[in-house]
Amino acid sequence: MDWDPLILTFKLALVTTVLLFVIAVPVAYWLAYSTSRVRPVIETLVSMPLVLPPTVVGFYLLVTFSPGNFFGLWLEEWLGLRIIFSFSGLLIASIIYSFPFMVQPIQAGFSSLPVSLKEASGVLGKSRWTTLIHILLPNIKPAILTGCILSFAHTVGEFGVVLMIGGNIPGRTKVASIAIYDEVEALNYSAANAYSLILFLIAFALLLTVYSMKGRNYKKLFP
Amino acid sequence: MIALDITKKLDSPTGTLVLDIQLNVEKGRILTIYGVSGAGKTSLLRMIAGLMTPDSGSIQINNDTWFDSASRTNLAPRHRKVGFIFQDYALFPNMTVLQNLQYPLEKGQDSSIVRDLLDVMEIQELQDRKPATLSGGQKQRVALARALVNRPEILLLDEPLSALDASMRTKLQDYLVRIQKAFGLTLLLVSHDVGEIIRLSHSVSMLENGVLTPPESPHAFFHTDNERGKFVLQGEVMRIDMQDQQVAVTLLTGGALLKILVMENDMVGIKTGDKIAITAEGLKPVAYDIVRSPGLRS
Repeated sequence: MDWDPLILTFKLALVTTVLLFVIAVPVAYWLAYSTSRVRPVIETLVSMPLVLPPTVVGFYLLVTFSPGNFFGLWLEEWLGLRIIFSFSGLLIASIIYSFPFMVQPIQAGFSSLPVSLKEASGVLGKSRWTTLIHILLPNIKPAILTGCILSFAHTVGEFGVVLMIGGNIPGRTKVASIAIYDEVEALNYSAANAYSLILFLIAFALLLTVYSMKGRNYKKLFP
Repeated sequence: MIALDITKKLDSPTGTLVLDIQLNVEKGRILTIYGVSGAGKTSLLRMIAGLMTPDSGSIQINNDTWFDSASRTNLAPRHRKVGFIFQDYALFPNMTVLQNLQYPLEKGQDSSIVRDLLDVMEIQELQDRKPATLSGGQKQRVALARALVNRPEILLLDEPLSALDASMRTKLQDYLVRIQKAFGLTLLLVSHDVGEIIRLSHSVSMLENGVLTPPESPHAFFHTDNERGKFVLQGEVMRIDMQDQQVAVTLLTGGALLKILVMENDMVGIKTGDKIAITAEGLKPVAYDIVRSPGLRS
């Protein structure tokens, strides 16, 4: 069995999760605390990947980053970047596609904290940054872990959006979910089964972690 | 000292309320804001702390301008030297008591104040515990200690003792008085508890219909000082019983229940839950403290 698709899948999921966390925290913070009128609009946009067919997201990303269009051409000529059919393309697509899976738990975590904690930190002379790092984030660890696990698992499970923007280039953009499709097309059922079983077990283990955390073990993990 | 003159429109469940508040508190004094819930007491404290922005006016503390709508000055809470005790104490759950107290320390600030405060508030033995394991009274002391680490110029307390039982309350009132004297703090207290107000405050103002009454001494405010030393009891009617030709009123006053015989004519139109004042006019009142000395009931 070729291990490359699995390695690529986990590399993609890991990098996506790390970058997504960094991007999602400020967005979740803003969504949780802002009283702006555009907040529902932003909230809707963040949640769109939950309901859109992956191919829609993939299609627009493909059009945006295609060197045949202005933005894609600009990226290629000025920055030497080719996004489509490359790992960075997969990464951008994954970040957008898994965005709600990271933002929503963290936003819910912020909202569940008494607002007096944030206010108390301010009154005690601390900046918003210090408050975020020392007070808010440490008190929503379960939400952060949930967001990270869901984003990781969701990225592992991507198919449509990855196929649209990444294609099926072995070693570069051929992730496990696409490899399964490939093997089935080639009537190579045993290889397809091996990939599928591995993905099944990993997804099960990750989700089990999330649901155990919400149950009895929650207090043990985060006293 | 606090010199404040602000307006603020509040949307309350009962409609729109316009606060138009002028307030002056001398340095080192304790002023209590009294008023029904929804009167805007908490909003007033929040505006002083910078957690809510007034619509117009100015807030000056010891001649520093914290807020001035004319010059568009509005210091962020972290730049105001204010201690704020939240109703829920707002202790940081992820930190121990000691870490909660160390958190406000500024870079290079002498940390000996943390030791001193642990001593004064008698919470040394709690320093390694997390807030979730503390009782209400302990949390209250930690919150008070934490609010004092930065040596604030004024301390704002939003019904700090309302969640505690009577004996713990008295003990913490003593702490507050001691701390206030030791630090020379100006204290603004929101309270409903008449006993607490009389024990703690130098003066009382009532917030009613968005306006603050001029401060009075607690005794004048609650009409407990009168020239002839006449006996006046104020309280809430808990029960009304007929007893011979007289009416026995059970009155809740200062946390105690008193049963008093009054003339039937005086009680016309008064029902359970009303606030009344009872005074002795020629009639010799007979009152029993049925909580502290139930044996006296006869």
